[in-house]
Amino acid sequence: MTTYVARSKQVAARMLGGEMMIMSPRDTTLFNLNDVGSVIWQSADGQTPLDEIVVRLCAEFDVAPEVARQDAEAFVQELAGHGIMHVSDQPITAEPPRQEPT
Amino acid sequence: MTLTATHELAIVIGGMPIVVRTDSDEFAAMLEDRYGSFIKPLAPSPQPPAPASQACLDIDLIPPRTIVEDEDISVRLESGRWIITRGDFRAEWDPRTSHGWVRQSANPYSIDGVLRILHSLFLAREGGFLVHAASAVRNGRAFLFAGVSGAGKTTLSRLAPPDAEVLTDEISYVRPCLSGYEAFGTPFAGELARIGANLRAPLAALYLLVQGPENRIEPVEPTEAARAVLRNILFFAHDEELVGLVFQSVFDFVARVPINRLVFTPDARVWELIV
Repeated sequence: MTTYVARSKQVAARMLGGEMMIMSPRDTTLFNLNDVGSVIWQSADGQTPLDEIVVRLCAEFDVAPEVARQDAEAFVQELAGHGIMHVSDQPITAEPPRQEPT
Repeated sequence: MTLTATHELAIVIGGMPIVVRTDSDEFAAMLEDRYGSFIKPLAPSPQPPAPASQACLDIDLIPPRTIVEDEDISVRLESGRWIITRGDFRAEWDPRTSHGWVRQSANPYSIDGVLRILHSLFLAREGGFLVHAASAVRNGRAFLFAGVSGAGKTTLSRLAPPDAEVLTDEISYVRPCLSGYEAFGTPFAGELARIGANLRAPLAALYLLVQGPENRIEPVEPTEAARAVLRNILFFAHDEELVGLVFQSVFDFVARVPINRLVFTPDARVWELIV
């Protein structure tokens, strides 16, 4: 199954000193992404398959494909859990409706 | 709410006047005493009604009541109006008409809280912010000293030499300008219990306060600087758009203003580093 990931448009994000800093305006949680996470974040346009992002990671950071794949999947699932990234088996063209915390 | 009031006092903070209107002689006198040089005279009496664009706040005084001290502050937008509540007051503000009201007992703390919140809302759209920081002007330049309670903001303010004017020992007012940023004096006092000098000056640097065995300045990584400034920002509104704007403003600020750590010992010699 192909996985697609998309940055949430609801967050504020800035690159600073080589680190991507992201804040969820919903709860003001602040996230710092390292260089690997920053590449995934910037590549998460909803159209690029996660497999292709993993290939970029392998080329840029000299990491084994299977390790990169596992790390990338765990990373996007974690961000998705915070509501700042969307994951789908279809290309993502629009911001999915927000799931309010219960 | 009040259409005419016996007293109209323009409290000007950060160059932004808010006309506070009240019928109470005692409350008006308390405001004059509390805000001192931050109160600017209005047109001589009989005064024309304040123009629609003039920010106005009507005070609706109620008898004192038991206050639930730990009641959280709430700032939310409903039908285009800001609804602001805390244990000791309720206020509404309509940004379309620049008019609002406050229902509170006759005390200085409630109106002070409302003014802080309104200015934080105004500044959010201007790229500025209120920040937990002491600030002072020396040699025509402003310096901010940021830190949580206990970090030393008031201590540093007390140690300020005669040639430094303290803008505040608690909450600093920062706004972008053509050449960078300006800091303004505020009447928002901390333990010093003294309003700041009503001045403005170009901002030279922000220091993150840490008490230590000696006085020295240390560099700070940009990400640490951003996190530290974000931690000290005063912003209360549950509004995703404005929170996002404040976040971006802080990053713009960190990119343009030198930010360092000021390790200091409670000794006036620390000011030898602030030039």
